[in-house]
Amino acid sequence: MATDTFDVIVIGAGHNGLVCSNYLSRAGLKVLVLEAAAQAGGACITRSFSEGFAVSACAHSVSQLHPDIVGDLGLESLGLQYAVKNLKTIALSEDGNHLSILGERVEGAQLSDSDRQAYGIFYNRTKRFAAVLANLAGKCPPRLVEGGLTEKLSLFKLGLDIRMLGKTEMREFMRIATINIFDVLEEQFENPLLKGAISFDAVLGAHMGPRSPNTVLAYIHRQMGSLFGFAGPALPQGGMGTVTQAIARAAVANKVDIRYNCPVKEITIDHGRAVGVVLQDGSTYSAAQIVSNADPGTTFKGLVGYPKLDSGFARRVENIRTKSDCAKLHLTLDGLPEFTGSSDAGQRMLIAPDAAYVERAFNHSKYGEYSSAPAMEILIPSVHDASLAPQGKHVMSIIVQYAPFMLRTGWDTQSKQAFTNIIVQRLARYAPNLPGLIIDSELLTPQDIEQEFRITGGHWHHCELALDQIAMMRPVYGATRYSTPIEGLYLCGAGCHPGGNVMGMAGKNSAAAIIKGRST
Amino acid sequence: MNLKRNVPDHDERMLLNTPFHSRLQKACELNEWEEWKGYKAPVIFTDLAQEYFAMRNSCGVFDLTPMTKYKIEGPDATAYLDKLMTRNMTKQRVGQVLYVIWCDDEGQVLDDGTIFRLTDKRYRLCSAGRHMDWLQCTAPGFDVEIIDETAEVAALAVQGPTSCNILQGLGWDGLENLKPFNITHFQFGETPITVSRTGFTGDLGYELWMPPHCAEAFWDKLMEAGKDRGIMPIGSRALDMVRIEAGFLQAGVDFVHAETTVRSGRTRSPFELGFGWLVHFDKAHFNGRKALYQEKTQGSPHQFVKLDVAGNRPAEHAFIYNKHKKAVGSVTSAVWSPITKTNIAFASLETPWGEAGTELYAEIYFLRELKWTREMVKCSIVEEAAYNPVHRRAVPARCL
Repeated sequence: MATDTFDVIVIGAGHNGLVCSNYLSRAGLKVLVLEAAAQAGGACITRSFSEGFAVSACAHSVSQLHPDIVGDLGLESLGLQYAVKNLKTIALSEDGNHLSILGERVEGAQLSDSDRQAYGIFYNRTKRFAAVLANLAGKCPPRLVEGGLTEKLSLFKLGLDIRMLGKTEMREFMRIATINIFDVLEEQFENPLLKGAISFDAVLGAHMGPRSPNTVLAYIHRQMGSLFGFAGPALPQGGMGTVTQAIARAAVANKVDIRYNCPVKEITIDHGRAVGVVLQDGSTYSAAQIVSNADPGTTFKGLVGYPKLDSGFARRVENIRTKSDCAKLHLTLDGLPEFTGSSDAGQRMLIAPDAAYVERAFNHSKYGEYSSAPAMEILIPSVHDASLAPQGKHVMSIIVQYAPFMLRTGWDTQSKQAFTNIIVQRLARYAPNLPGLIIDSELLTPQDIEQEFRITGGHWHHCELALDQIAMMRPVYGATRYSTPIEGLYLCGAGCHPGGNVMGMAGKNSAAAIIKGRST
Repeated sequence: MNLKRNVPDHDERMLLNTPFHSRLQKACELNEWEEWKGYKAPVIFTDLAQEYFAMRNSCGVFDLTPMTKYKIEGPDATAYLDKLMTRNMTKQRVGQVLYVIWCDDEGQVLDDGTIFRLTDKRYRLCSAGRHMDWLQCTAPGFDVEIIDETAEVAALAVQGPTSCNILQGLGWDGLENLKPFNITHFQFGETPITVSRTGFTGDLGYELWMPPHCAEAFWDKLMEAGKDRGIMPIGSRALDMVRIEAGFLQAGVDFVHAETTVRSGRTRSPFELGFGWLVHFDKAHFNGRKALYQEKTQGSPHQFVKLDVAGNRPAEHAFIYNKHKKAVGSVTSAVWSPITKTNIAFASLETPWGEAGTELYAEIYFLRELKWTREMVKCSIVEEAAYNPVHRRAVPARCL
């Protein structure tokens, strides 16, 4: 039984929870972090799955980690190093005539000059649009109504940022921000591989196909990474766990008390105010403020419980779109696979030969089936990082779309094996020697991801990134701006503004909101 | 071509009949009906004054079958209702009836009603409006089942000073000992009938809950038993008069249901309707708690008052002015009360003009021989309902 007293308890040592705890303790607060797992990191960890091999189990590359956080917390001196930065994106073609993309440069696949030029324009335009989001990402989203002066200024700044894009660009922003990526690509490009690659980036992690609304927005959101110094994805030395280990080290240095194997069962609420937590083993901790790094569903339905929340709010939480369509396949390989026409298997490779292919892959998931021809993002981190696999062997990490959270026939050993076979057969079309190299495999369906990483629906953004669930609407009305209907209970995870990926801004902004909440 | 007109009632409103319909129709000489939650309900049977006085001097019978009725049952039924309602529901005994209100997240009143605790784990909620969506929305996290049983339960209100005697004539001995807001059960032949000492009239009276199949036979037996004690079916108009005398608010009239209100500022909180006594903060979480607590500490924008209006013209829909001739609210219900000889009105006023002792005026318009006339009539705020006789509460009930 704990008798220590804390100012703030943070539930969950995911990257956002750790970032949040760092900023809180730097402000002089006594912070306790309670993590259910045996290690820090949440969905940003490195773990073993086969003797001698390690893999980034959920998130597998860094493309949005905010430089302010890296600088503020001194993460580079605490062990955050990259094995490789700015990976090229290779859009694979079965005939070996691949397309290579890095930043605004694109080459290969007999790309026409007009496509090359159009891509440069498209890249820079979406980057400018992303700057509008990036400005907003650094602060608590303003209230639309009944806001104070600061919030009015913040809203005004948002409007001004959009206006400052210039008349033509503003019009284009307003035109495309809400529509689907497929239509935009059809307008601007010819090359199917290019369209396939961009459309894939617009649906990555989401329950959306290229023809779904919100996909342009998702692409722009992803483009924020280019403003944070990532022209392409980066692989931390030692896998993604390196990032969260460094943040955890910073937290410990800041006197944050992190306790592992401490799954929280419920948040204690007294007359509408959060006063502490109860662990699954029955021990209790109390603090004036409780911060949940868990997703909104886990927080409100699981830890608080709908009976303690107003019915209208509970209904909104229940209706948050959280179902993921992303599976993760890990393969251990007895050698480096040879991709037809490519000598660089260390880059980020995509199987998305055209936008219609991605859309067709998505169709299945709408009806509770996995794709018969899935789209994929493939990384072989061991090419750059010898710590992940024994000498001469490799580990492959693949994001596979689409695998519905609720498979009609149910996810079991049989369906997982069948889906794994489909993925491997599809990979073999691009790397014919791959099937012969496979030593071991691990498929994580969205249900597995939900279970292992405790994320409702297995959605790595916690909640779908869509216009009705971003900024001042994220995750739902009543729990925006990091505070919740329960006094003293805050959110700091990817379910908050500015959303998912390994960015850390939700944690940083949340800490600012909590510190502000204490002073008023 | 067949010129015989053969189109059957194609312009009729498709209203449901209650199980008492055949008897209502026979008694409804004026044939004046209105729609009540999808049912056909009588407005006046023969004469408004006669119906009113039947309830005040002898006994009026009102068919309340169309009242929405929900069966709420399950191991968590009490906890569920405790979250739904602003009142502490854990204190309700089996066999007891409570008057309740419930609110949305913003602490605005969705509806009022009565809740009957029939067994340990089974309740009946009676309300003016339909609320299945909200009731279901509140259910997650509770082991409870909610069933709309409006059509499965036929209900009659038997109200007035002679009501107890008349029902005793059915062989219901011991009814006189039933306390107000309590429930008991009697037999009608083989059929059990639930009886509660409740009503909307502010007088001695009972509400009877029975299966629809015995409705007509029961009606006949009741009318027979009451014929020497002035029993009479009554319509909604007479009921409206007595409920205003008794100080009862009517949902949709004295306040609007928050769920269907469109304009901001038109909904009302319990405090703004004089229902602060129904809000219990010292219990488990309930809908609207946070907003209501804030309102309790910071004050409400509106106040609800009962007014004694000078003169004898009902101040229906009148604006209410303060002494500076500024409009500060309006009347929601008004009636000339024949039995108390007072002119009653309910009004919703801006704070602080509803404080006791405030000088107020009602602006009453009336047509006199084809000429519209306007009068500014003095009103005073009263605390008590106009009609509140001792026999309403007496146990044993006084038998006449």
